[in-house]
Amino acid sequence: MTSYTPTALARGIREAVIEQSYRAHVGHIGSSLSIADLLAALYARAAVDTAGDPSERDRVVLSKGHAALALYAALELTGALAAGSIDEYCVEDTQLGVHPEHAVDGVDFSTGSLGHGLSLACGAALAARMQGSTRRAFVVMSDAELNEGSIWEAAMFAAHHRLANLVALIDVNGQQALGYTKDVLHLANLSERWAAFGWDVHTVDGHDPAALVQLLNSLSTVDGAPHVLLANTVFGKGVSFMENRIEWHYLPLTDSDYARALEELAAAREAAMAET
Amino acid sequence: MRNEFVDELIALADADPRVVLLTGDLGFGVLEAFASRFPGRFYNVGVAEQNMIGVATGLAEAGFVPFAYSIATFASLRPYEFIRNGPALHDLPVRIVGTGGGFDYGYNGASHWALEDVAIMRAQPALAVIVPADARQARNALRETVAIPGPAYFRLGRTGDPVAGFDGRFRLGHIETLGDGADVAIIALGPMAHEAVAAAQLLADQGVAATVAVVGCVAPAPVEDLFALLARVPAAISVEAHYVTGGLGSLVAEVIAEAALDCRLVRRGVTMMPRGVAGTQGQLEARFGLIASDLAAAAVATLAGAGISI
Repeated sequence: MTSYTPTALARGIREAVIEQSYRAHVGHIGSSLSIADLLAALYARAAVDTAGDPSERDRVVLSKGHAALALYAALELTGALAAGSIDEYCVEDTQLGVHPEHAVDGVDFSTGSLGHGLSLACGAALAARMQGSTRRAFVVMSDAELNEGSIWEAAMFAAHHRLANLVALIDVNGQQALGYTKDVLHLANLSERWAAFGWDVHTVDGHDPAALVQLLNSLSTVDGAPHVLLANTVFGKGVSFMENRIEWHYLPLTDSDYARALEELAAAREAAMAET
Repeated sequence: MRNEFVDELIALADADPRVVLLTGDLGFGVLEAFASRFPGRFYNVGVAEQNMIGVATGLAEAGFVPFAYSIATFASLRPYEFIRNGPALHDLPVRIVGTGGGFDYGYNGASHWALEDVAIMRAQPALAVIVPADARQARNALRETVAIPGPAYFRLGRTGDPVAGFDGRFRLGHIETLGDGADVAIIALGPMAHEAVAAAQLLADQGVAATVAVVGCVAPAPVEDLFALLARVPAAISVEAHYVTGGLGSLVAEVIAEAALDCRLVRRGVTMMPRGVAGTQGQLEARFGLIASDLAAAAVATLAGAGISI
């Protein structure tokens, strides 16, 4: 298992997403690229302490389960999944499907139906507190997922019970399956909405994993408002022809798409290497 | 039945620190004793059943045994997908407790009548579905299911009056029988056992010997017990305070059909949602023939129609 900087981990996630989605001919690429830096921030700070007692590691819920490929990449790169296991993504009889299953090492909760994850994370956070544990619960949600009413049931619960050991990371990429969120159900004033529900709100750059790690490590975890990171992101981030394009919610990669995407990621890697 | 169930739950919680009680803001006059005894293990989650099941799932994953309490319709229908993708999919020991089966909430009307909860719950292979016939069986069912690793749904009736001649025994995956009459079986879902026992008495007065089956456990399905019973009677009447589709009658039909048994079945249940009608539980049940006199008449007519002499 290699130790990664958050930025390097994000890069590795993006490369794996492109490679595996091309091989498996599966979509949801834009959604996975969108959260690469959020997951890198979570896993680079060892949110999932794979070496420790499994009952004492933090819980991570990928509520936007359709981006599971990015999660698998993070798990593999940080050692929760065996090296090479991501090659099982969407092959026959695989554990690694489009949406994550709890049978997979490092996956605590199966997801895929939007609107469930925040409640699961509330239960995980409450359980940690009841057990006197320092475990935290992290949940990664999409912005369009906030269309689901159940999210707001859970939002009220978390604030009422002062679940400071709960952190919601919302991937605010402004897109959903059939359009831009502003055209489908406008998510105006998200910061004010979450603050009004009693949450500690942080509006952040969702593509700055180092800053995200710093923030995650600075959040109070004892008896107080739960934390929400409104992470401004670019759908398809890192592959120029996917960025902010609705169709990349579903489209798989053609041969020429793949070649172009690889070129761009390779260029980004070289640029990063040149910097260091 | 609710009071005895919660009473038993308190005893359980005394012995097992993993037991937690969640409620969707229901249970006035029922849950206070638990809440005051275990303030750190009682959460009124508010009127939010989806979140209640999601939170219960998160608690169970961490090692708790959460009981999630509401009126049966709200406990089952509203959060159904959370149940499916939560405790059912993850095989976690969440206990969903729905009060008021069938027309128990009579005058409260359609929104409060649980008429399809058993059907949707038994469709989940991972879920135990328990419908106690009376308060004693409710207590026993709770005791008998303490250790099951997966989830369970309890449908608790309004009253817990003891079923005549029944000792309240509960065994997971089994039915309990009263009498051994060979002419007809009257197979009752939970509290319908009261009417089934009364019907058996009416039949006895006419020289028809009935066996009453008390079905307190719908899932795991008591297939072997039902087979043994249905293989030795020429006719069976199923009776449930539930839609006829998908519940106990359907289960009995599955057993008869799959084993090709020579047994005539009459399914008695609710055939449609009464509209624009509120009333007492008894009056509503009578509309659908869920009373002893109708069950006895159905048994006699079925035997006669099938040319079975008694």
